[in-house]
Amino acid sequence: MTEKSYYIRNLLKKYPGFELEIKDLSLFKGEIFCMLGPSGAGKTTLLRLLNFLEKAEEGEIIFEGRNFSYHSNTYPLEVMRKITTVFQRPALLKDSVWKNIIYPLKIRNQRVDKAEIMPLVEELGISHLLRQSSRTLSGGEAQRVAMARALVFKPRVLLLDEPTANLDPTNIKIIEQMVTKYAAEERPTVVWITHNHFQAKRVGDRTCLIDGGLIVEVSEKDTFFNNPEQQKTKAFLSGEMFF
Amino acid sequence: MPEMFYMQTQGALLPHKIIENDRAFPIRYCPRAVVKRIAAVKQEERNMEAVNALKLLLTFDPYVYNIIGVSLRVSGIALLFSTLIGIPVGTILGLTHFRGKPFVTALLYTGMGFPPVVIGLFVFLLFSSVGPMGSLGWLFTTKAMITAQTIIAFPLVSGFTMAAVLSVDKNLMKQLQALGATKLQASWAAIKEARIGVLVAIIAGFGGIISEVGAVMLVGGNIEGKTRVLTTAIVLETRQGNFGVAIAFGIILLSITFIANLTMVTLQKRHLFASE
Repeated sequence: MTEKSYYIRNLLKKYPGFELEIKDLSLFKGEIFCMLGPSGAGKTTLLRLLNFLEKAEEGEIIFEGRNFSYHSNTYPLEVMRKITTVFQRPALLKDSVWKNIIYPLKIRNQRVDKAEIMPLVEELGISHLLRQSSRTLSGGEAQRVAMARALVFKPRVLLLDEPTANLDPTNIKIIEQMVTKYAAEERPTVVWITHNHFQAKRVGDRTCLIDGGLIVEVSEKDTFFNNPEQQKTKAFLSGEMFF
Repeated sequence: MPEMFYMQTQGALLPHKIIENDRAFPIRYCPRAVVKRIAAVKQEERNMEAVNALKLLLTFDPYVYNIIGVSLRVSGIALLFSTLIGIPVGTILGLTHFRGKPFVTALLYTGMGFPPVVIGLFVFLLFSSVGPMGSLGWLFTTKAMITAQTIIAFPLVSGFTMAAVLSVDKNLMKQLQALGATKLQASWAAIKEARIGVLVAIIAGFGGIISEVGAVMLVGGNIEGKTRVLTTAIVLETRQGNFGVAIAFGIILLSITFIANLTMVTLQKRHLFASE
């Protein structure tokens, strides 16, 4: 877990009435990095910056050794295509489940090999849905399809924006297992936003707390939950932060 | 046999006098029996016209089929051009934000309600011998008619496309970008997502031009065998009192519009439910 994928330095992103400032943050290959924090803390904004979907006002993001400073006008397609995000609400195309899953391969002009994709599909328990329209799926099924679509092209960075927030325990378990297995096999960088402390404990390697656009604490999972350095983290974990 | 004479009064042809056995009756003093006879004769003539119209259709009369052919060719090519320009423009307007977008959108909406005859006038002036493109010699040809109809259909196609694309889930657009789609690929996906709305845009464009009469009359000149289309033929035949033929053309026009719409809706339905 020593090889860095991201190195973020003095990053500043401004919105009316809100600022996200990341002084110094490194993300490593093969780790699952969990982000906790209250709503509106800046977690999703950071995820969008990591996916190069937005530009920062100041600072640098160094990704796989390449420096993408705030004034980069466009990000190279081949860089953006190594990264993907799974959002809280699965947004699927009005098409069959199969066509949704292979969409990332189609746009990359990659060969679609059904035999290669089927193990992923079976593991997510959606092999019986392939011919169905995406509009007939339940919330849990749709999120599993979104997960298959994100993993089908083997991204080097997997960004998860509360993907299990609206799901039942069975679906949560399937998705957690899939992500941890993918992380172990392919060693990508996984950044997982969650509001569930127990989920962060279950799946994460390192955990961080963001509040008010600033990183409060980043540490190994055990330290973070059992012996946090910051008072704010203690307050957050005990639930006192909200009162 | 009594014969009725008409007089043009304020643009309409009104019965004026009746002549029977060299006696002329002003219409208001005509004996009731004569009026009845005339009505019967006229009814028979109308029946004959309807029969003739049917005959024209069934015997592949070159006059009728030429008119249908010109109509389909002019409106078909105009629809193709306006779709090729209108769908990308509508998609760009629906997906992007730029300075002056409200102005462009207002302009487009104005175009959607623009009287076709005024567009016909502009195209007429454009291609008239003293106009900036007069040297092309397109006036009173199908090329001028295609130009006018393309301009009429373009705001309809692009305006409805824009509205359809605007309704595509914004989260989906973000998701496609996050999956690595280029702007072009994401735009194409948006068009596919909004396909019902885009189809409505094409149907609206087609409906707007196939039934349009003012502009094609102005720039085409309604020349038999060359620029006469169904709508201008209906106007001409009605003016000449050939109501049966005019009605037959009307039925053909309605049938073409109905078949075109039915085809598009059927294709769409097949595509929509193919994966379910």
